[in-house]
Amino acid sequence: MTAIEVPPGETRPEPSTALPEPVSEARGVAFAYRRRGLVREVLVSVDLAVRGGELVGLLGTNGSGKTTLLRLLAAAVRPDAGEIRIFGRPAANWSRAELARRVAVLPQQLELPAGFRVSEVVAMGRLPHASRLFSSTDEDDAAVETALLDADALDLAARPVEELSGGERQRVLVAMALAQQPALLLLDEPTVHLDLAHQVALIETVDRLRQSRGIAVVAVLHDLTLASTRVERVAVLDEGRIVADGAPEVVLSRDLVRRVFKVAADEAWTSEGRRLLAPAGTRR
Amino acid sequence: MRAAAVPRPRALVGGPSLTRSGLILGSGVLVLLIVLIVAVAAGSYSVGIGDTTAILGHRLLGIPATVTWSREAETIIFDLRLPRVLTAMLVGGGLAMAGATFQALLRNPLADPYIIGTASGASLGAAIAFMLPLLAPALAIGSATAWIGIGVVQVLAFVGGLGTVLAVYAIARGARGGTVTLLLTGYAVSSVLAAFVALLMHLAGNRLGVIFGWLMGALDGADWGRLAMAAPLVGISLVVLLIRWRRLNVLLLGDAQAAHLGVDVPRERLMLTMVASLATSAVVAISGTIGFVGLVVPHVLRLAIGPDHRLLLPASLLFGAALLAVADLGARLAGGVPVGVVTALIGAPFFLWLLVRSRAVWGAA
Repeated sequence: MTAIEVPPGETRPEPSTALPEPVSEARGVAFAYRRRGLVREVLVSVDLAVRGGELVGLLGTNGSGKTTLLRLLAAAVRPDAGEIRIFGRPAANWSRAELARRVAVLPQQLELPAGFRVSEVVAMGRLPHASRLFSSTDEDDAAVETALLDADALDLAARPVEELSGGERQRVLVAMALAQQPALLLLDEPTVHLDLAHQVALIETVDRLRQSRGIAVVAVLHDLTLASTRVERVAVLDEGRIVADGAPEVVLSRDLVRRVFKVAADEAWTSEGRRLLAPAGTRR
Repeated sequence: MRAAAVPRPRALVGGPSLTRSGLILGSGVLVLLIVLIVAVAAGSYSVGIGDTTAILGHRLLGIPATVTWSREAETIIFDLRLPRVLTAMLVGGGLAMAGATFQALLRNPLADPYIIGTASGASLGAAIAFMLPLLAPALAIGSATAWIGIGVVQVLAFVGGLGTVLAVYAIARGARGGTVTLLLTGYAVSSVLAAFVALLMHLAGNRLGVIFGWLMGALDGADWGRLAMAAPLVGISLVVLLIRWRRLNVLLLGDAQAAHLGVDVPRERLMLTMVASLATSAVVAISGTIGFVGLVVPHVLRLAIGPDHRLLLPASLLFGAALLAVADLGARLAGGVPVGVVTALIGAPFFLWLLVRSRAVWGAA
């Protein structure tokens, strides 16, 4: 699958003739943090559209605004300029509850309240769908079970959350997000705390879900090797703009890596013709 | 998929099982009934358990019974002790339920229902009411007659408690702060109000004892009228909090995640705070400031049965009610010491023992 790109400013084509409508779309989005008169501009003008069935790896240095962009795409915050559209509808026109049935966010950090078991925490992801006052529906139970299974956390179901390791917690958080049965999944550094096998397994899970259920996924990644090999589309955020958007072998050039991340990168090709990218050093 | 080989933990999905919840709440109801009968039967004029049960069954449920008791016993049981025991239960249950809510809202096990100003506001209201005859002699006649049924004290305490929470919330909101700002604002406002209470006590002269007794928590004046004023407010609060158990659970994940799960966080927080404060102010108005129940009961129950509010809220109501009724029975049998003294004397050491014994259950996982 090749990367899908819509040049900024171009009018959207008719759904029948071309691309499906983006699940979430940022157009010319600017965002700044303001505190006591100090303004820190994070995003200057960002254009990014993510469609059903896509997995986009979001790359950028620390403080480049990746988390902010995720929160904007989730319509959790409003942009200062430009607009966010969710399923073609302006973000401001969605209620919190409506959004929560379609968009799930895996935050970078989350304290899990002690005393709950894993299955209970994952079931909290069902809040936006809850229809019964005091009990869960069969649909809720099935969704929780599927989410646990998909996040490879079924064996943790009965464990108290305070006994989980960092990697196990991460799988539980993924399961909670999946229990929302979202059409858009926004993952903020999902592979942090995970061992190698679980990093690869998580990306594979997400990849399977996007293919089988058409979920759109945006994942903030830090590992260039992971991004260059496991993801079919990457978007690179630098100085408040998307500076590259497309297939990693095309857009993740050594030159771009040096310019954005300030590291020299080595590239190599596998026997299957896959390109590997590995950081080589901070010297130019 | 290797996990497919694992037996499907159906029972593990979706929270505590119905049988477990039923057992916990069922035992709570049973304990409460036993406490009710014992607490109504016991006292300086002792009525047998059998007669007590028969009187209660006869008067409350219309169960036919041959009268084996004196009219005196019936009057004591029905007009004096029953309203008092029910008041203790309403107050204990209301405080414990509100305490559970505040502990979740503030994500802090040290939170109690008074934490953002209810107690100090209600105390000031009550102190002003007690001082009215001195401050404005013209009102003396009015306030004296108002003691029949719902008095000025109850009304001013209720208004003071709820009004203070509203003020604290408004100030904290103006400061655009989070939970910590709310707590600090509550502390600051409470300090100011406490200073006014102290000033009034300084000026109180022979009324000092009355104010002091109220501050320690007193159920002496319990009657059906006051019970009828507070019970509906606690009932409304209970219903609203209970049907929002999922949101209370999700707020434990933090505001950002709660928002991602569809909760309108500022609105939800305001509503839950006000509803819990409504119950708190209502019970404080009829009982004075009784400490420890609202702190200890939900905390201990959380350790025992877990933090799920679907179970924690009704369990807090039941066991808080039972605990305060027992404490009040102890206070009565000890010759009428303030019930607040008893709850502190029993509650605080028990709480310490628990703290030492149990692992920290509120920290991050």
